Amino acid sequence: GEIKKETGFSHSQITRLYSRFTSLDKGENGTLSREDFQRIPELAINPLGDRIINAFFPEGEDQVNFRGFMRTLAHFRPIEDNEKSKDQNGPEPLNSRSNKLHFAFRLYDLDKDDKISRDELLQVLRMMVGVNISDEQLGSIADRTIQEADQDGDSAISFAEFVKVLEKVDVEQKMSIRFLH
Amino acid sequence: MLKSPAANGIIERDETPMEKEIEHLHRVEFEFSDIFYFCRKGFEAIVEDEVTQRFSSEELVSWNLLTRTNVNFHYVSLRLTVVWVIGVIVRYCLLLPLRFTLAAIGITSMIVGTTIVGQLPNSSVKDYLSEVVHLTCSRILVRALSGTIHYHNKENKPQKGGICVANHTSPIDVIILTNDGCYAMVGQVHGGLMGVIQSATVKACPHVWFERSEIKDRHLVTKRLREHVADKSKLPILIFPEGTCINNTSVMMFKKGSFEIGGTIYPVAIKYDPQFGDAFWNSSKYNLVSYLLRIMTSWAIVCNVWYLPPMVRKEGEDAVQFANRVKSAIARQGGLTELPWDGGLKRAKVKDTFKEEQQKNYSKMLVRNGSIGSLSTGTESD
Repeated sequence: GEIKKETGFSHSQITRLYSRFTSLDKGENGTLSREDFQRIPELAINPLGDRIINAFFPEGEDQVNFRGFMRTLAHFRPIEDNEKSKDQNGPEPLNSRSNKLHFAFRLYDLDKDDKISRDELLQVLRMMVGVNISDEQLGSIADRTIQEADQDGDSAISFAEFVKVLEKVDVEQKMSIRFLH
Repeated sequence: MLKSPAANGIIERDETPMEKEIEHLHRVEFEFSDIFYFCRKGFEAIVEDEVTQRFSSEELVSWNLLTRTNVNFHYVSLRLTVVWVIGVIVRYCLLLPLRFTLAAIGITSMIVGTTIVGQLPNSSVKDYLSEVVHLTCSRILVRALSGTIHYHNKENKPQKGGICVANHTSPIDVIILTNDGCYAMVGQVHGGLMGVIQSATVKACPHVWFERSEIKDRHLVTKRLREHVADKSKLPILIFPEGTCINNTSVMMFKKGSFEIGGTIYPVAIKYDPQFGDAFWNSSKYNLVSYLLRIMTSWAIVCNVWYLPPMVRKEGEDAVQFANRVKSAIARQGGLTELPWDGGLKRAKVKDTFKEEQQKNYSKMLVRNGSIGSLSTGTESD
């Protein structure tokens, strides 16, 4: 009931996802730990796997319950047409374009200071390329990227600058998973 | 590019390759949106992944009146519940004792029979009698499970001096195959009842049983198997190259060890019909005894066995490629999907080499588009 309102998933989707949650929960204690996620081979080999896993866990915690699981997954729900014109008074749905972008921003911004610094960008780049590119090359890629996006000249990317860079990108499609009913 | 979802799937996975998705965005080398690709793939894997679902029982599309498969179905009607109760009574009070008795008879006669035959000196009479004993006991055991087996293409049945290779779903696979022919088993020496059976049968017929310590030495294993195969009068060896039980919806990586021995490979595909009973042994969830109990309280074990034409290693083909070729043939015949993943992932963590491969591919794309030059390994790739 509440989860449905908060996340926008349908009843049958929530049932299926609960089934998935329990099958991942090897300890059978109603929560997932980081190890539970890492047991998924396709996730373990994903270069950004650890960051993605971290996104599920609230600050400083080691366990995530079903509600938290669903809240994070809700970011990847595709945006339906009838939702776009919903009332402006309610809180923004978790899967709005802005929230999807915010989620991506948080993957970069480790220290949560609302800015992506050169170091934070380098960290993510390093995760994605492994050992195949040298520090200097990676550094120049990072510098170029920041230069392109940085508008207020502070050598870091704020959320507003992040949004601007991605304004032509179809975020809705790229950050959505097609759920079956 | 969408992959058509399984009947019970939760999501439709997007199979667009990395290159297509990230590349066309590129004006400079790197884009912030590059992470979207990895992000989405990660989430798709969290919701539904190809591997972990193979280690739990297949979900049925329609219920077959067994509580154990009643995961997603809800209370429907009183009539259905009554039918289910009758089913329970029939299964537990009628079928189970019957089957249990048969199984006991089967195992006892196997031990007694093979011990007696084992006393005889080696001769063709002994081999014949050994075959009779093995086949008869197998047939009793199959009846004990209410097994209905359809064998296809019997002309391709494994011959002496060959190696029989099959996909693995449960320990029952062995009985299914020995019901129709005699094989030399390969396996580890166990204690308890299993050990008694093993030491009895090996006197009648040259099975290859290894001590636990010997299994670790791969060369020793290969050597012994090679010797067995070279002797053309010996029965074909039965091997399950996946190394572990998979839930019969797919075939996972075949370990190359079996394919390095040489000789002719006779592939066999085994597919169980899940409507009558779930044959898969989830060894992390159930031990052997409770597994057998579940099997004996199912409706029946119905399966199809296909004997595929024999295969040999081609010139210039290495063991891994040969293993994959055999795996494809079995998967295609049995209607199972093929996965490159190792069955060992049931218990062990995945190797880092796969992650490194993805990182390498992504790096190639960055370098290709930009003007940075070649990768730091110094090679001029593609």
